[in-house]
Amino acid sequence: MANYSTNEFRGGLKIMIDNDPCSIIENEFVKPGKGQAFNRVKIRNLKTGRVIERTFKSGESVEAADVMETEMEYSYTDGSTWTFMDPETYEQVSADETAVADAKKWLVEQDTYTITLWNGNPISVTAPNHVILTVTETDPGVRGDTSGGGGKPATCNTGAVVRVPLFIDEGEKIKVDTRTSEYVGRVKD
Amino acid sequence: MNHWKPNTTPEILKLRAGLLNRARQFFQENNFLEVDTPVLSQSTTPDPNIESFSTQFNNTQYFLHTSPEFPMKRLLAAGSGAIYQVCKVFRQGELGRNHNPEFTMIEWYQPGLDYHALMKQVDALVRTLLQDKITLQETVFYSYQQVFKKYLNIDPFNSSIDELQAVIKQQAIQFNNEAQLSKDALLDLLISYVIQPVLPKDSPVFIYDYPASQAALANIRDEQGEKIAERFELFINGIELANGYQELLDAKEQQLRFENENKTRLEAGQQTIPVDKNLIAALQAGMPEVSGVALGFDRLMMLATGAGSINEVISFSTDKA
Repeated sequence: MANYSTNEFRGGLKIMIDNDPCSIIENEFVKPGKGQAFNRVKIRNLKTGRVIERTFKSGESVEAADVMETEMEYSYTDGSTWTFMDPETYEQVSADETAVADAKKWLVEQDTYTITLWNGNPISVTAPNHVILTVTETDPGVRGDTSGGGGKPATCNTGAVVRVPLFIDEGEKIKVDTRTSEYVGRVKD
Repeated sequence: MNHWKPNTTPEILKLRAGLLNRARQFFQENNFLEVDTPVLSQSTTPDPNIESFSTQFNNTQYFLHTSPEFPMKRLLAAGSGAIYQVCKVFRQGELGRNHNPEFTMIEWYQPGLDYHALMKQVDALVRTLLQDKITLQETVFYSYQQVFKKYLNIDPFNSSIDELQAVIKQQAIQFNNEAQLSKDALLDLLISYVIQPVLPKDSPVFIYDYPASQAALANIRDEQGEKIAERFELFINGIELANGYQELLDAKEQQLRFENENKTRLEAGQQTIPVDKNLIAALQAGMPEVSGVALGFDRLMMLATGAGSINEVISFSTDKA
């Protein structure tokens, strides 16, 4: 595997820290005029999402992480792994619960997700900013109330529970923002 | 698409020119002679923490100067009297918010002035240049020992590497590889990460009397068995602005320091640097008692404009050069 020297550090670079693949968020060059140069680096662990800070002596090198992002379609789950397929090559990968994490409640069959692969294995799944879900369970809709005020919980086909306006009925399709888990609008077929 | 455009606004260019004018006026009023010395030189500093750019001429290696210090000292030894220079200097591998590989330096030397008086002169120049830009508070002077005691409650001269590592752990600073750091590197880190950011705001802060191991080209005095480098640095709002010395006059000692720096370079796998024999010869011929200082002009511009990055105050940053 290739190595990167600190002078190649920049946002987005993928490196190995503590045996985990990480992405550089921010790289600060710190150097007293007559003194030792350091790189003060903010790093996101791509497996856990945790952000840490590390200090490198400038000139040190660090192992590159073989990380790539790819767009894949969600196929199915057996309850412990979630299988995604490359729509062009039909190649399949299985992500475990840690990798799927919060994206689990947004997984709709045949929809496209961003899969982060490390050495070819999925380590994280990112849902698109908006998904279309079907309401499977909610209190009956209140006709005529289009104010959107108040709202009520609705359980969707993926298991996600989203707060929706009172007029939404079971069986309706809704657009949800996956970043905030908020209802965006009703989708007509 | 807009890659051809300068980083600076016309206002910032005007301010740059204005402040440079004002600086030259200051030196004229104080009877300094403006000089310019070669940018290309057959020698350079062997300081292991400073890397020079190098090139070739007639099969001889030349370096781009990292500061005009050596030839200015030869001028002093040849009887120039008080001199100053405004020039571009070059440092390999230095790029960041406060660093550009080439930057503008104002460097000056005044025979007969000691480094404590020089600090006051630096303060006067900085106040002249920053007036109506920042309302500067009272100037603060701390010795290197005082500032470490005040902010970290440790004695930088008598702490061991283990003790410094423990302080760094307390500060939640995590190294990728802590094994290869010298005591001076750990002290540098504590100054940069912990002390610099909490120094009094809007005050010029002078830190003086460094450990002998960080003397660079400063005179070292013996104080009750403690070796102290007569060196100072100026910080304003967390930015390192100037570095000055009571200059080392002893040719033998200078030669020895260069050789030791080359030894350190060799151990670290860095290229060794041919010792500047002309500087050594000038010191042998005799340089007057003198103190000198280098001030980063672009950093001063950052303070004057409140810029968050050096790129905002230089016409073209390295990526656009």
